[in-house]
Amino acid sequence: MAAPLAVLQPIDSPLLLAQAGGVTAAELCLTNQTLVLPAPLLLDGGQSLASVEVAYETVGTLNPEKSNAILLFHALTMDQHVVSAHPKTGKPGWWSKSVGPGKVIDTSRFFVICANVLGGCMGTTGPASLAADGTRYAMRFPVITIRDMVRAQVALLDALGIEQVHAVVGGSMGGMQALSFAANWPERTRAVLVIASTARHSAQNIAFHEVGRQAIMADPKWKGGDYYGAGKGPEAGLAVARMAAHITYLSEAGLTDKFGRNLQDRAAKTFGFDADFQVESYLRHQGLSFTDRFDANSYLYITRAMDYFDLAEEHGGRLAEAFAGAKARVCLVSFDTDWLYPTAESRVIAHALNAAGAPVSFVELSAPYGHDSFLLDVPALDRVIAGFLNQ
Amino acid sequence: MSALRPDLAVIAANVAPGSRVLDVGCGDGALMAVLRDDRQVDARGMELDPANVAECVARGLSVMQGDADVDLVDYPDAAFDYAILSQTLQTTKRPDAVLDELLRVGRKAFVSFPNFAHWKVRASLMWHGRMPVTRLLPVAWYETPNIHHATVRDFLELVAARGLRVEGAWFLSGDRRIGDAAANWRAEHAVFLLSR
Repeated sequence: MAAPLAVLQPIDSPLLLAQAGGVTAAELCLTNQTLVLPAPLLLDGGQSLASVEVAYETVGTLNPEKSNAILLFHALTMDQHVVSAHPKTGKPGWWSKSVGPGKVIDTSRFFVICANVLGGCMGTTGPASLAADGTRYAMRFPVITIRDMVRAQVALLDALGIEQVHAVVGGSMGGMQALSFAANWPERTRAVLVIASTARHSAQNIAFHEVGRQAIMADPKWKGGDYYGAGKGPEAGLAVARMAAHITYLSEAGLTDKFGRNLQDRAAKTFGFDADFQVESYLRHQGLSFTDRFDANSYLYITRAMDYFDLAEEHGGRLAEAFAGAKARVCLVSFDTDWLYPTAESRVIAHALNAAGAPVSFVELSAPYGHDSFLLDVPALDRVIAGFLNQ
Repeated sequence: MSALRPDLAVIAANVAPGSRVLDVGCGDGALMAVLRDDRQVDARGMELDPANVAECVARGLSVMQGDADVDLVDYPDAAFDYAILSQTLQTTKRPDAVLDELLRVGRKAFVSFPNFAHWKVRASLMWHGRMPVTRLLPVAWYETPNIHHATVRDFLELVAARGLRVEGAWFLSGDRRIGDAAANWRAEHAVFLLSR
């Protein structure tokens, strides 16, 4: 191929978030970076995508040996804004608590890379992107897999000239990407950290996602996916999808603790269908605010990719086979109140890695918040992450 | 390197360099770290307490949170040169089954435990009629994790009944090695190396 391989093409010029002057290398956060993949991306579904754009953020500084990179994979509804404020909501980056100089993932040591996944809606090519004919892909976008998402990010590593990262790290869907990376590109990382995740989507996982997808597709404003340019699209459907999913991220005890049967700004039940209960009001708010920052078609495609994920199936039905070439250190973390990807799922992965002879650690941590614990304040998790990565 | 507990020091000194080891009930990983650093051992661990597992991970060790009573079944046969069970046998629900599992996943097994027939224990029962609270058994009967106390003689009888071979035996009192003579009276602590 005549074209140079490493083409970094900033579409928006990278935005330097740290103040000019007095910026240490560790604080350096470059967001709004975009790579146009130099070659078409071949997908598991048999199709290929040309001119794929990958939007990413980096924190810290890549050392001259290019050996200190950590590739961070984001979860279903997150994006590349790990540290920088979200451009649509203005909220702090989704893991700004844990990524930064002197923090759990210490950017005075490590160069953290996080890219928006393929199919996403924050700059990486997805169903809302323009196809070659100048119109939006919408439902013409090919169905993608978790491994396709990882392929796009491996291409990003190639472009950055990073042969091997120090670690890949991910929670939930990010954990699926980390597992896929470990199984399919075993030489390209020295360590794999998987938090609150699974090696395959269970029937229950698929079922919850299907409720969400049906809510979107049942919204008349969805219009077979061709809602772009016609207002906000299937907001009501997307909000319901988010509400259903949000319940699965929390524990029953957590919900009871936070809301109980408390009423919302009223002294008595109204004998109507307003949000009488605080938990209803909370969910409605979660659903509605989600529609401000997420594309409904992206939600369809990404949840489909998660449902298709079955790492064993890709490797002859035996999970241990998936890790046959694994030499990297692996650490798996689950939470005792996570019923979305319960501890048993992490144990399955741990046993497969054990059978493959990989150096694996597994720990179930106690935290009250359910699946979302991986994003919240759990000191024991911080110790495990820092201890594992600082080796 | 921190000083190892005496029974662990005995084990560390008798593990063949470069071997593969599973430390069942590995605690904070002190023994595994020494085996890895001083004897180039490929050490894996199993530990029930998540805080201990976190500590092990921070030491760069590979440790699975698990329970010796139930989770050893997930390891393949003869996956390790040695399986180690230090100060844990007496906390398991079925010490006999755990012993079988140890010698299934490991070609050899180190087992260390506090000797319940040590003279201080006997004296406590004899003179006070009470379950002993000693240096090695510091917790009262109602909250101790030690649910299956055994004596050196009990253990040897179980080993014989299971058709296992004793390849080595070490006895400790006051953290020092003592001879084999009257070990069931004099040893606070016993370490055995077993094989099938």
